[in-house]
Amino acid sequence: MEAKRIQVPLTDEVVTQLKAGDSVLISGVVFTARDTAHKRLAQLLEQGEELPVDLKGQIIYYVGPSPARPGRIIGSAGPTTSGRMDLYTPLLLRHGVKGLIGKGLRSDAVRKALQENRALYMAATGGAGALLAKRIKAAEVVAYHELGPEAIHRFVVEDFPVTVINDSYGNDLYSSGRQRFAGE
Amino acid sequence: MRNINVKLLTEVVADMCKEANYFLGQDVIAALEKGLHGEVSPAGKEVFKQLLENARIAAEEEIPICQDTGFAVIFVELGQDVHLTGGDFNEAIQEGVRRGYTEGYLRKSIVKDPLERVNTNDNTPAVIHIDIVPGDEIKLTFVPKGGGSENMSAVKMLTPSQGAGGLVDFVVNTVNLAGANPCPPLVVGVGFGGTFEKVALLAKKALLRPLGQTNADPYYAGLEKEMLERINRTGIGPQGFGGRITALAVHIEVFPCHIATMPAAVNINCHACRHVERVI
Repeated sequence: MEAKRIQVPLTDEVVTQLKAGDSVLISGVVFTARDTAHKRLAQLLEQGEELPVDLKGQIIYYVGPSPARPGRIIGSAGPTTSGRMDLYTPLLLRHGVKGLIGKGLRSDAVRKALQENRALYMAATGGAGALLAKRIKAAEVVAYHELGPEAIHRFVVEDFPVTVINDSYGNDLYSSGRQRFAGE
Repeated sequence: MRNINVKLLTEVVADMCKEANYFLGQDVIAALEKGLHGEVSPAGKEVFKQLLENARIAAEEEIPICQDTGFAVIFVELGQDVHLTGGDFNEAIQEGVRRGYTEGYLRKSIVKDPLERVNTNDNTPAVIHIDIVPGDEIKLTFVPKGGGSENMSAVKMLTPSQGAGGLVDFVVNTVNLAGANPCPPLVVGVGFGGTFEKVALLAKKALLRPLGQTNADPYYAGLEKEMLERINRTGIGPQGFGGRITALAVHIEVFPCHIATMPAAVNINCHACRHVERVI
């Protein structure tokens, strides 16, 4: 299948054109966040405070990269399991986040919030961190430096390969893919 | 009696940390190539292509195969005729992990306390399992174990009446529930028998067996095949995108057990089934 190219920030128009199962190549900025960063972001939103980065229209990538060798942009940088962020994700989607990159199953609440807020959940290949790192053209820590691999990084990516898992229409590749091939 | 300075252990462990994380074993590469040809789902085939390309880039650039460079698990077979000199054996291994993860630009993924969650910043402590064996050599096996697949693992105290069917159902259900989370295609380590703590260790040891090698007992080799076939009929497929290859292999390790018990454990590993061995 021919991959579709998209640019960040994401608009409703781009989000609604994509369907579960689509191969997508992302270019632009993505922000990284995982367990502890999510907890902190959610706390700030709940307290009505400003976030350390503006996430409206942006993509959050669940990743804790390995350290870069001197002269390199980043180390290995594949996705971590998304489900651990489920608790915080609906809140971030309501706040304007338009895309999520990770791997693995999401909760019903996240899938519903993706539909309500017109956003996408996409999977990058778990365990392909060396390959994915090649598509990251710039990286800097922009918040929570003290969290090490869990800090929020700003990545500039070019043709970053993902597959749409949950689209804004309620479709789910994990369940449709399994149904299609089960029992054969 | 043979004297071995523990400083040598530090050097060897540091090297093993790097080697295991940069270079995917030939057995796994062969299994991925077989998967690329065997998978019918186009999205699944693309995953196999990416994983093979990933292994090539990792080896060429000496960058970790996966950013999750794991909990450092080390199996030691310590010859009973070895006399360790030059310092603390346990600390020498920890120092090897510390150096390997720092010098090798590997991710530090260990937090000091499960609730406070402050990173130890050097990936220690390692988990060390020691067996005393005959001879005057030390065999080290280093296994960096990723957190995502570890989270999908399970122990179950089955009852004897549940029999082989109970074991197979437990293993297949565990994989089924895990779905896309542990980065399929998987390597599934199964421990069967022993005690509550022994069975979990058996499951981890099952992951050390080279892919393609079956249990030496034909009965259990048959069960491995049956479990693999059932897992691959779930349709989960590579990365959970749907497909016919959800696992590359199922390995069972068996141990005697109590008349009242039938413990079983499933230790799930992602496709990056990393481990290296050295004999000193």
